[in-house]
Amino acid sequence: MLDRRPILLANARVVDPSRDLDIMGDVLLADGVVRGAKTGIGAAGVPEGTEVIDCRGKLVAPGLIDMRAFIGEPGATSRETLATASQAAAAGGVTTIVCQPDTTPAIDDAATVDYVLRRARDTAIVHVHPMAAITKGLEGKEMTEIGLLKAAGAVAFTDGDKSVTNAQVIRRALTYARDFDALIVHHTEDPDLVGEGVMNEGEFGTRLGLMGVPKAAETVMLERDIRLVALTGGRYHAASVTCMESLEVLRRAKDAGLDVTASASINHLTLNENDIGPYRTFLKLVPPLRAEDDRKALVQALADGLIDVVMSDHNPQDVETKRLPFAEAAPGAIGLETMLIAGLRLVHGGSIDLKTLLRAMSTRPAELLGLPGGTLRAGAPADLIVVDLERPWVVDPAELKSKCKNTPFDEARMTGRVVRTIVAGRTVYEIV
Amino acid sequence: MTIAPKQPFVFSQRHLLGIEGLTREDITGLLDLSEEFVELNRQVEKKRASLRGRTQINLFFEVSTRTQASFELAGKRLGADVMNMSASSSSMRKGETLMDTAITLNAMHPDIIVVRHHASGAVELLARKVDCSVINAGDGAHEHPTQALLDALTIRRNKGGLEGLTVAICGDILHSRVARSNIILLNCMGARVRVVAPSTLLPPGIERFGVEVARDMRAGLAGADVVMMLRLQRERMNGSYVPSVSEYFQYYGLDEKKLSFAKPDALVMHPGPMNRGVEIDSIVADGPRSVIREQVEMGVAVRMAVLEALSRNLPNA
Repeated sequence: MLDRRPILLANARVVDPSRDLDIMGDVLLADGVVRGAKTGIGAAGVPEGTEVIDCRGKLVAPGLIDMRAFIGEPGATSRETLATASQAAAAGGVTTIVCQPDTTPAIDDAATVDYVLRRARDTAIVHVHPMAAITKGLEGKEMTEIGLLKAAGAVAFTDGDKSVTNAQVIRRALTYARDFDALIVHHTEDPDLVGEGVMNEGEFGTRLGLMGVPKAAETVMLERDIRLVALTGGRYHAASVTCMESLEVLRRAKDAGLDVTASASINHLTLNENDIGPYRTFLKLVPPLRAEDDRKALVQALADGLIDVVMSDHNPQDVETKRLPFAEAAPGAIGLETMLIAGLRLVHGGSIDLKTLLRAMSTRPAELLGLPGGTLRAGAPADLIVVDLERPWVVDPAELKSKCKNTPFDEARMTGRVVRTIVAGRTVYEIV
Repeated sequence: MTIAPKQPFVFSQRHLLGIEGLTREDITGLLDLSEEFVELNRQVEKKRASLRGRTQINLFFEVSTRTQASFELAGKRLGADVMNMSASSSSMRKGETLMDTAITLNAMHPDIIVVRHHASGAVELLARKVDCSVINAGDGAHEHPTQALLDALTIRRNKGGLEGLTVAICGDILHSRVARSNIILLNCMGARVRVVAPSTLLPPGIERFGVEVARDMRAGLAGADVVMMLRLQRERMNGSYVPSVSEYFQYYGLDEKKLSFAKPDALVMHPGPMNRGVEIDSIVADGPRSVIREQVEMGVAVRMAVLEALSRNLPNA
């Protein structure tokens, strides 16, 4: 295999959050794994036939692991396939996609997990690992075969953007999952409190005449879950926290020593409800974008490590479901391709450091899901990205690889771009 | 010595999508223009030719009798060709989207489209896809600008102005586009606005709209020059937002006793259609202080003024 010859990424700024490393150095890849990442490997110390790439000070880091992306295969391939999602991922520096089970049919049995893994193997250019449903048919009633699903390759269990309202069901799932060391990832929004709400509840929503979703819809569900984690001793991950009040709940749970972690979406970290402006439906999200104070609190929580993971919440939607009045439009935004770059806004703005951002997008998800990536240690999979941190560009939806173009960052000016993505030692994406 | 002719009013907008964004001059100009049409409408010969050759489409996705009739009459009296399309007959029922409807209608070269839609922001969305002027005849819980204008005209004619008046808007503020448009207009024109409602019917953040908030009618109506009642939808009466019709009427229905908290010469208004015995007692609705029928009359005049003002800004006007 010609393109599997060793690669030396020379003269790079090497950041490896798993080892708290941020140095100028070289990274050697061979046979699909990292051979070394340190200062002074040099062209002299590499095997014959090695492709030497002079990075000229650009960033080299572990490939990103996106813990929450809706793909649409099976059942909604007009929105996104594993192939198109993987191309978008590669362009965004994501080398592992964790896809969500709210497909048609839902990923709630071992055969469907197997189907997704086979399709990914045959069509995707990055790694794909599915999460499986917590409950059969995502109906919130009966637990799925957690043991068999995990054995088939499900990396965690979630009902996607649905909350399990029945406390007994989630209690049993947490209890049972513990025996298999399976992670329960839960979307925390009380559907009754959400009601007819379509955006954050508050003054701005009132001005637009749109019904609001109170922050309590999230916090009430999260508080309940934390009590149940304390009761069961299960492993729990809050799928998408968005507000200050939830951060307090999270902090208390962590202080109490519970096995609780949390994600925030890149959208909630970089946008707020005012960005909706004149009813921009690409910014209609679930949970909704919150106020600027909440966004700032989330960024601080990320800097402090209270938020473990940053995910894209990638959710492709057709023009037909978005070009509607706000209340009637489908929620969701694509994000695989812009997650890292949008996150760099926080780095350039001085809110968080680069290592923290990369940790939340690679090392932490790998640890939580038991995946081998997220590190540049010798022997780790050769999943890496090369990023030009200073390169300016404008997001043109027409150039995005995703099948749908519902990006909240259309026409946005960005600083920093992924210039090369390597999966298992092969370059799967490159721009000059 | 020659007297300079009065400058004709030039409206600053191409569409009327809401009161938000209008200047004081816009509002005053529209109200002044409306006065001319009030006079015209009281004559036998009610026709003008200022919209002759123009096509006006009334596109109503939500059922409405009075607003649609009012716009139709207004257009016809100005000489426009008026076409009515409503949800029950339109292709919306066949699954055509709002945008496709907009593109289809646009191809027929209308000059003005009047739109009512149940979703907030729908009219603005449609306006972005057409080349003609668009008038918002009510979108969701967002705005209903011609209602606020006709309310202002009614108040101005009865009170001589708007500045310094205290206006109490009572009832289902949460779901009301009438309330939102009125709050913005009255604030812009220097009136004091109070909203009066049970807390379940107050939208979050309403106190930041420059209004006083009251939860009971005695405090809310104290010293009011105008009492504006809002309609409470039937599906919100029984246990969802308020416990029952009788409890609502007891605490928030406008009867003679509650009206006595307001100034003795306070006006009673309602955008209609009324739920008698729910938000307003018949004795008050039909009483000497009620200007509810006058509001309907002003509605036609205001809509003529809006059509006229927008048509002056059309190409080839």
